[in-house]
Amino acid sequence: MTAHQPAPAPHPGASLHGGGAVNYLNAAPGLRSWLTTLDHKRIGIMYLISILASFLLGGVFAMLIRTELLTPGRTIMSAQQYNQMFTLHGAIMIFLFIVPGIPAALGNFVLPLMLGAKDVAFPRLNLASWYFWLAGALCLLFSLLFGAADTGWTFYTPYSTTTNTHVVATTLGVFILGFSSVFTGLNFIVTIHKLRPKSMTWFRMPLMVWALYATAIIQVLATPVLAVTLLLLIVERTMGVGIFDPALGGDPVLFQHFFWFYSHPAVYIMILPAMGVISEIISPFSRKHIFGYKAIAYSSVAIAGLSFLVWGHHMFTSGQSPLANMIFSALTFAVAIPSAVKVFNWLATMYKGSLRLDTPMLYVLSFLFLFGIGGLTGLFLGSLATDIHLHDTYFVVAHFHYVMVGGTLIAFLAGLHYWWPKMFGRMYSEKWGRISALLVFVGFNLTFFPQFVMGSQGMPRRYYNYLERYRVYHEMSTAGAYLMAIAFMIIAVYLAHSLVKGRLAPANPWGSATLEWETGSPPPVENFLGEPQPGDPYDFSALVYDPALQGYRDAKEQA
Amino acid sequence: MSDTHAAAAAPGSAGAGHAESTGLQVHIVSPRVLLGVWGALLLGTALTYAATWIDLGAGNLWLAMAIATAKAVCVALFFMHLKWDRPFLGFVFLIAILCVFLFVGIALLDTQAYRPDLIPDYAPGITPPG
Amino acid sequence: MTRAPERPAAHDHVPHLAHHFRSLQQQYDAAKLGMWLFLVTEILLFGGLFCAYAVYRSSHPEVFVYAHRFLDKTLGGLNTVILICSSLTMAWAVRAAQLRNRRQLALLLAATFICACGFLGIKTVEYHAKWKHGLLWGQRYQPVEHTADQAPADNAPLAPAPTAVPPGAGADRSLLPAPGKAPAGLAAGEALTARSHDPGNVPRNVHLFFGIYFVMTGLHGLHVIAGMVLIGWLFVRTLRGEFGDGYFTPVDLGGLYWHLVDLIWIFLFPLLYLIH
Repeated sequence: MTAHQPAPAPHPGASLHGGGAVNYLNAAPGLRSWLTTLDHKRIGIMYLISILASFLLGGVFAMLIRTELLTPGRTIMSAQQYNQMFTLHGAIMIFLFIVPGIPAALGNFVLPLMLGAKDVAFPRLNLASWYFWLAGALCLLFSLLFGAADTGWTFYTPYSTTTNTHVVATTLGVFILGFSSVFTGLNFIVTIHKLRPKSMTWFRMPLMVWALYATAIIQVLATPVLAVTLLLLIVERTMGVGIFDPALGGDPVLFQHFFWFYSHPAVYIMILPAMGVISEIISPFSRKHIFGYKAIAYSSVAIAGLSFLVWGHHMFTSGQSPLANMIFSALTFAVAIPSAVKVFNWLATMYKGSLRLDTPMLYVLSFLFLFGIGGLTGLFLGSLATDIHLHDTYFVVAHFHYVMVGGTLIAFLAGLHYWWPKMFGRMYSEKWGRISALLVFVGFNLTFFPQFVMGSQGMPRRYYNYLERYRVYHEMSTAGAYLMAIAFMIIAVYLAHSLVKGRLAPANPWGSATLEWETGSPPPVENFLGEPQPGDPYDFSALVYDPALQGYRDAKEQA
Repeated sequence: MSDTHAAAAAPGSAGAGHAESTGLQVHIVSPRVLLGVWGALLLGTALTYAATWIDLGAGNLWLAMAIATAKAVCVALFFMHLKWDRPFLGFVFLIAILCVFLFVGIALLDTQAYRPDLIPDYAPGITPPG
Repeated sequence: MTRAPERPAAHDHVPHLAHHFRSLQQQYDAAKLGMWLFLVTEILLFGGLFCAYAVYRSSHPEVFVYAHRFLDKTLGGLNTVILICSSLTMAWAVRAAQLRNRRQLALLLAATFICACGFLGIKTVEYHAKWKHGLLWGQRYQPVEHTADQAPADNAPLAPAPTAVPPGAGADRSLLPAPGKAPAGLAAGEALTARSHDPGNVPRNVHLFFGIYFVMTGLHGLHVIAGMVLIGWLFVRTLRGEFGDGYFTPVDLGGLYWHLVDLIWIFLFPLLYLIH
């Protein structure tokens, strides 16, 4: 029996090869059909392309930064340009890539499928979200071309209200991006509440759905505060209102309260979906039911709730009162607990499992290690006495890169590789997948571990120039950055190659039990040809590997 | 017309095949309730206005906020229909309010706590953007 | 897993039912939840401004007590009454749509729109008065100075404050208008007490109040305008023949938005106008 089957009569369990059947990719041709689509799968792909392009742009700025920091003093740019570089790197990576990243690109595609639904609750709003993203991105690009902000992505006053660069354009771009985030979150909450099948109760949902739900709660509650913060900043700059200007009786620390009230929960917008991806992959790749489903589900919501209580830990040295300092420090230790709960449950899932070390799982293992380090180093920063020394040093830079890159980006790559066959109907080269996963891991640690060391020795962040004794760390860091860049290039190449030359994917290559694997790869336009029957999303007992398909199928079906 | 539960059904729904796909059970607010709430709101406004002539010191602010909250509850429950909707919607509304309280509360706590540390008249002149 | 039955292609027969919803009830519930979540974002948006208000009022209570007297309580109260009436007409409009009474719906939407116009009209009057008397934000707070019993002629050009800040001079506090004579712009009926006549008793940084006043009422005003666009669109749809068959969801959702606009003003009014 060959792997290639003719265009079949619709059958939910069959492997619908992209080659023969009509699917969402080839159903309506032409750019216009994509730009006016209401299909969540197409919107997800459009987001994927957009955020990968943003990642490339943010990555270019990262490479410029690391190249400049290869030597003390001037290497390739002026100090003013350097300030703009790290501002743009931060703003692009955070607002264009990481915050939308997993929810908009992967989540949009996967959420309705996991729920057995035909689409998200508000498809037109979904498309509008993407257009808002695009408008915000264009605004940011405009500011890039005409003199981007040099304030750092945090836009602290009073510098941001007085500097001569295009702060308004940059913040306006971020303001518009906020709408994209809010509307996506709103859509997901309603979808999860209202579009689940009757048999899928809350505790029979895949953990990815729990993660997206918790993320969406934060998006809806926190993002408007960023909107009003940036609005006040714009108004302050253009009209001189005086709310944050100390010479007019204003309070710059109030700006920081406003800013971090969003931006701390924002980092949980970044990590929660990543954790959802990890839960989805670790179970089938250990051939074992997820350990502690309820604990993981509850911890997602707990993280969302607690995330709103700790924002002051960014302000320990800003003039915040000692009372607030103590409250925020204590709460910061509390917020680490649900994350730790997840890590232990994941490890317990792997224990005595039958591990399949394919590319998605390699990224999952990287995540566990790197997120562990990132999370633990957060505790040093949350502790008042040590934070006095570590605040605004490279220790902080290393910490957040470990959680955002070592955590979220790695999980994004894991999810991309996991769902790639479903999205495009193609398998990529497993050999090159593993090689790049290793290169990313090594490159990442080489880039950021030295930053912990030099940070704790006093190297300040956002500094253009530095003392000779930090040079060796910067050299290692830059070398690591170049290695990572090469690894990402390799990933781009083999993934692109798979789109044209990859082996056609079966419906269920990994043997997962969530609903998206019960339809074809790629799925048909209406997602499912029959009525999907949700069961336990981590029960693999009914699935059996079929060498002819090179994938899994239901044990009761005939090959 | 008193409060009615009406089935605002979509016509021509024959052949739907599923029992749920026709009919929309919805509560319609009666004119009595609408006018009653309107009257209550106007009364509340008058009370708020009148209360400014009584000097309660700091209590004035709390009294005004209490009356405003009562008015807001009327609008939310009756005009915005929360009294007859699923409780989850009211829960969502309350969470938003709590979030605002959290933000305002902690910001106030902190700004009040560091006020004694401020050095009076110490803010160097800042040149506005050229 | 057995072969599941084909999903019936029923939705084409049911008007207003989108393909991804199983029933009209599910679709309506989803729409309501979605709208309430949007209102949550609006609450958080204004919540930030209420926070700024709270922080500055608690740090500079004297500024708020002094400056709020330049706001006209009567106009503010009138605006409150107008918005309350508009909430009534809007809620009644939802009822009319539910009862498929298109004529009543159109009239009530028009009434709501007119109330909104009235609100904006009064706001314009108030803003104009502030501008005329130099009661603006930040460094533009340059109150036109004259004695309290001499109202400026309406067609007199705006008198520049004698201590105007030269451009680029920086926000050197010494260049801000000195608290001198009683500024113009006090609301009608506000008697100046002997206490406030004393130049030494006019507090510093009065502009902070006006900054907050304009940002809060300005953002609220923008939301009123957005609401008017929404109501206008619903009105047009009503005239086009929609909402006569029991489908009233857009009117319901538009009503929710409008009530929130009213809700915010219910808090803004006492906080800005009625500080004792």
